[in-house]
Amino acid sequence: MADIGVRGVGPTQAAAFEQAALALTAVLTDPSGVHDTEEVRVTCQAGDRELLLVDWLNALIYEMAVRSLIFGRFEVTLSGDRLDGSAWGETIRRGSHALAVEVKGATLTALRVTREDSGEWVAQCVVDV
Amino acid sequence: MKIDQFQRLAPRVWRLEPTGPMRVPGLIFADEPLLLDMDDKVREQVSHVAALPGIVGASCAMPDAHWGYGFPIGGVAAFDPDEGGVVSAGGVGFDISCGVRTLVTGLTAETVRASQGKLADALYAAIPAGVGSTGRIALNPHEMEAMLTGGARWAVEKGYGSGADLERTEEEGCMAGALPKEVSSRARERQREQMGTLGSGNHYMEVQEVAEIFDPVIAGGYGLSRGDAVISIHCGSRGLGHQIGTEFLRSMVESAPSHGIHLPDRELACAPIHSPVGEAYLGAMRAGINCALANRQILTHLAREVFERALPQANLQVLYDVSHNTCKLEEHRIDGRPRMVYVHRKGATRAFAPGHPALPEALRPFGQPVLIGGSMGTASYIMAGTRESEALAFSSSCHGAGRRMSRRQAKKQWQGREVIRTLEQRGILIRGHTHRGIAEEAPDAYKDVTAVVDSAHDAGLSRKVVRLTPMICVKG
Repeated sequence: MADIGVRGVGPTQAAAFEQAALALTAVLTDPSGVHDTEEVRVTCQAGDRELLLVDWLNALIYEMAVRSLIFGRFEVTLSGDRLDGSAWGETIRRGSHALAVEVKGATLTALRVTREDSGEWVAQCVVDV
Repeated sequence: MKIDQFQRLAPRVWRLEPTGPMRVPGLIFADEPLLLDMDDKVREQVSHVAALPGIVGASCAMPDAHWGYGFPIGGVAAFDPDEGGVVSAGGVGFDISCGVRTLVTGLTAETVRASQGKLADALYAAIPAGVGSTGRIALNPHEMEAMLTGGARWAVEKGYGSGADLERTEEEGCMAGALPKEVSSRARERQREQMGTLGSGNHYMEVQEVAEIFDPVIAGGYGLSRGDAVISIHCGSRGLGHQIGTEFLRSMVESAPSHGIHLPDRELACAPIHSPVGEAYLGAMRAGINCALANRQILTHLAREVFERALPQANLQVLYDVSHNTCKLEEHRIDGRPRMVYVHRKGATRAFAPGHPALPEALRPFGQPVLIGGSMGTASYIMAGTRESEALAFSSSCHGAGRRMSRRQAKKQWQGREVIRTLEQRGILIRGHTHRGIAEEAPDAYKDVTAVVDSAHDAGLSRKVVRLTPMICVKG
């Protein structure tokens, strides 16, 4: 059992969520080596933005697990308590993607969606690998 | 962490006085260097757990404890349902019932070494491992239901092993009280093609040599002699357990306020044991335990198939099968009287004392085997449950070495190819799917397992029986 943190930073909350998802891929492999041949859309709903981040990452973890996909590009729209997201990626190629671990789930530990003094948004949590 | 926060009760037992919202003291079992090396977050998490409703005795941390989500990894805590006790998904972990099964082989290490390369290749080819690997069994809905209820017993009925295997497995291979109806369709979908797979990360199948005997009587009782070859399998409930953990962590956060539970941090999400969410989680988690037990049973079968072809004189028998991430209803003496409590062990091993009725008859005089996984280049240990552990930590002990370095740090420091070459020079053959994964699992990325085991032994949590050194390691 081991945990690792993922953190996304961006000019908007949505951008920080996209970057957090990219960090999730980086836990597994180099995101720049992932081709975006397939799109998966996910929708999440939660009472606050922090739980929405956890739901977003968990939705991606689920899609990766059941479809054997790895994602390299993300787009997020936030509206009220709702997230509409797209993830582009491809089927896992075990030889070339060289995935080191699988992510079990996103946790509520070190969970934070905040705006820094610099004006940038940070979206982060610990994931269990 | 700083040592002056603790009262030293014994050389390897440290007490954290209850302050503020803490309902019970904290207890950390470790020698001084291990304690100093622990992240202060461990102390903070031990304190937080000590403040949860219905906790009894103490909030404990084993010698291999490190920062986890909610509860520390290496955390042990018991809750009384009659005092408003809670169950926590973060107190069990996402990889429900992740554990170790050790098999005796009837072979000597010398015999294995004569076919070491061939055997390593055959195991690597036969054991589905790594991210995205699938097993040869795809469960239909009916079989999924039967597996979630029956655990390893289901696997044996399907032809993957024998009744003797079940006798040597916690809960005799089948966790009672599983409620498959509480396991979501998403959890089932994640598991559908993952039966009989090892997983990734720190999971492995290892062929090991009994390198040192500490307690000849117990080693004899466990059927172990110096120079024997054994096999250890470390894995858990795969995608099913991960999804159950994910979903209930989330639903416990949402339901906590309605139960009057005010969490210092949402990561401590929990629900009263006697509540719809608490009971649903316990039912789903028990189904997750069954999934892990079935998974290790199928992997045992696959190992037997390999040995039948490679070394037909082998006779693979289960020594024991332990789970590390569970919450179980057990009887313990608390404040001088027996009470039924829900014991969370997260990265901790149950360690029942000699004579415990839950142990198989052949092992009962010696105490429960406590199977401790090390890193792929160092050592693993088999320990035995003690009578003292009951009063110290609800009959619990450590579970492994515990990481001392993050995966990211390890990847920066080592090259997978180099790790494989160095270990090969030491007679250890590594077979893994990615060099990055092997670099992240480099032996020096882990704490000194011997220090952890010595602390558990000296504290009285369990006693050392044998040391195992790796010969072949198949990594996920």
